[in-house]
Amino acid sequence: MASVASTAKVELKGVKKRFGNKVVLDGLDLVIERGQSLVVIGGSGTGKSVMIKCVLGILRPDAGEIFVDGQEVTRLGGRARDAYLRKFGMLFQGAALFDSLPVWENVAFGLIQGRGMGRRQARDIAFEKLAKVGLGPDVGELSPSELSGGMQKRVGLARAIAADPEIIFFDEPTTGLDPIMSDVINDLIVATRSTGTTALSITHDLISARKIADRIAMLYKGKIIWDGPTAEIDHSGNPYVDQFIHGRAVGPIQMEVKA
Amino acid sequence: MNVFAHVGRATIGLLREVGRLSVFTADAISSFVRPPIYRSLVLKQIMRIGYNSLPVVGLTAFFTGGVLALQIYIGTARYGAEQFVPTVVLIGILRELGPVIAGLMVAGRVAAAIAAELGTMRVTEQIDALTTLATRPIKYLVVPRLMAALISMPILVGIADCIGVAGGYIAATQSLGFTGSIYLSTTVQALNHADVLSGLIKAVVFGFLIALMGTYNGFNSKGGAQGVGAATTNAVVSASILILASNYILTNIFNFFNF
Repeated sequence: MASVASTAKVELKGVKKRFGNKVVLDGLDLVIERGQSLVVIGGSGTGKSVMIKCVLGILRPDAGEIFVDGQEVTRLGGRARDAYLRKFGMLFQGAALFDSLPVWENVAFGLIQGRGMGRRQARDIAFEKLAKVGLGPDVGELSPSELSGGMQKRVGLARAIAADPEIIFFDEPTTGLDPIMSDVINDLIVATRSTGTTALSITHDLISARKIADRIAMLYKGKIIWDGPTAEIDHSGNPYVDQFIHGRAVGPIQMEVKA
Repeated sequence: MNVFAHVGRATIGLLREVGRLSVFTADAISSFVRPPIYRSLVLKQIMRIGYNSLPVVGLTAFFTGGVLALQIYIGTARYGAEQFVPTVVLIGILRELGPVIAGLMVAGRVAAAIAAELGTMRVTEQIDALTTLATRPIKYLVVPRLMAALISMPILVGIADCIGVAGGYIAATQSLGFTGSIYLSTTVQALNHADVLSGLIKAVVFGFLIALMGTYNGFNSKGGAQGVGAATTNAVVSASILILASNYILTNIFNFFNF
């Protein structure tokens, strides 16, 4: 079954996911156009990471459909799934670098293991990508544990773009970084999109969202409650979005605080 | 009523766990024959599981063999049957104590290490990162460890057998007044291929169980540092219990077939 929206690169239709009694995604609908950068904002625990993991096949939705390039992907397996995953790059919140490998092998991992490229060629590409994110060749030989948080994020970004993927996911790309390093990461994310890559980022950092997004969507209680161009977020007319972007404790969004 | 509910919940939980373990095991075994085979990872794990376990297994086997000779002597001396000490030590080490002691030592060392490593990879999203890099975690993380354990354990047990018998020899000649040449010739005469083989078959089964429990518990750990700790404990406890239970079953099977 093909997707209706032919310009959509990624499309989620009525995606539901629950863990035990907790409903995380409750019929989520979302479209990311080809070459677009969409940022999904929302509070902690609203299901942003679960949404990304469903698209990547790390989690299987309980209901709904996910289309990528018009192909329904929730039931993919074996080699078809491997081929599907080669379209993606992913920057994890904590970078998720492999401790047992030096930095350059982390960056080259997808090329060597996922695509069967020779180690020498993959190593050259890894150093080239590390240079793109502002890291010198000396860093390539270090262990991930020897790097600062900001450097780990940059290595994670180099790994995400190593295979020139069609779609890149950024999971909280600036969380835990100082404002200057956050801006460096934002600039690098903007730079990675010069080749027309489609990007989906999830964050609650509004400064980052305004800088890297073409469009912003807000996720609340498992559904997208607002979706529009970045420039319109300050005039969304949605009280939930207004409360979130202004960081007000008072409003329709009630924090679940246990006494 | 509450008692029934409690028993029911526990039963469902147990069945769910058995189901999960069965699916995990089937997935791991079916991945054995599917390419790619990560030979370098298998070799690396053989070094970790086999070679690095040699000191602890060797020392334990040596002292177990020595103690076995001393204890058997006490029993046989009551009936004037001290000449059977070399034979009983040999059979005890080859059939029982060699594989079981080596199995329990490796379970404590290796199952814990595997569970801690994979558990940390799980909670830091490194396993998810493997998936996004088009690499199957079962293939990359689980299969090399299972293969390495299957190869390493019989070799370890073979070495433990030799060291255990040597321990018995030293105890018998140094503390019990046995003549070295007579002890050795009795041992060689008593050597039976079925005794050796039954111990090695047990070693293969124990190796599989150790690696399976380590990988399964690590792979499914959750909840941060506490979850990794729980996974490590579960891996060691479940591997040890399974080793002792399967030892009983295998011994019964061997007895049934007069092997």
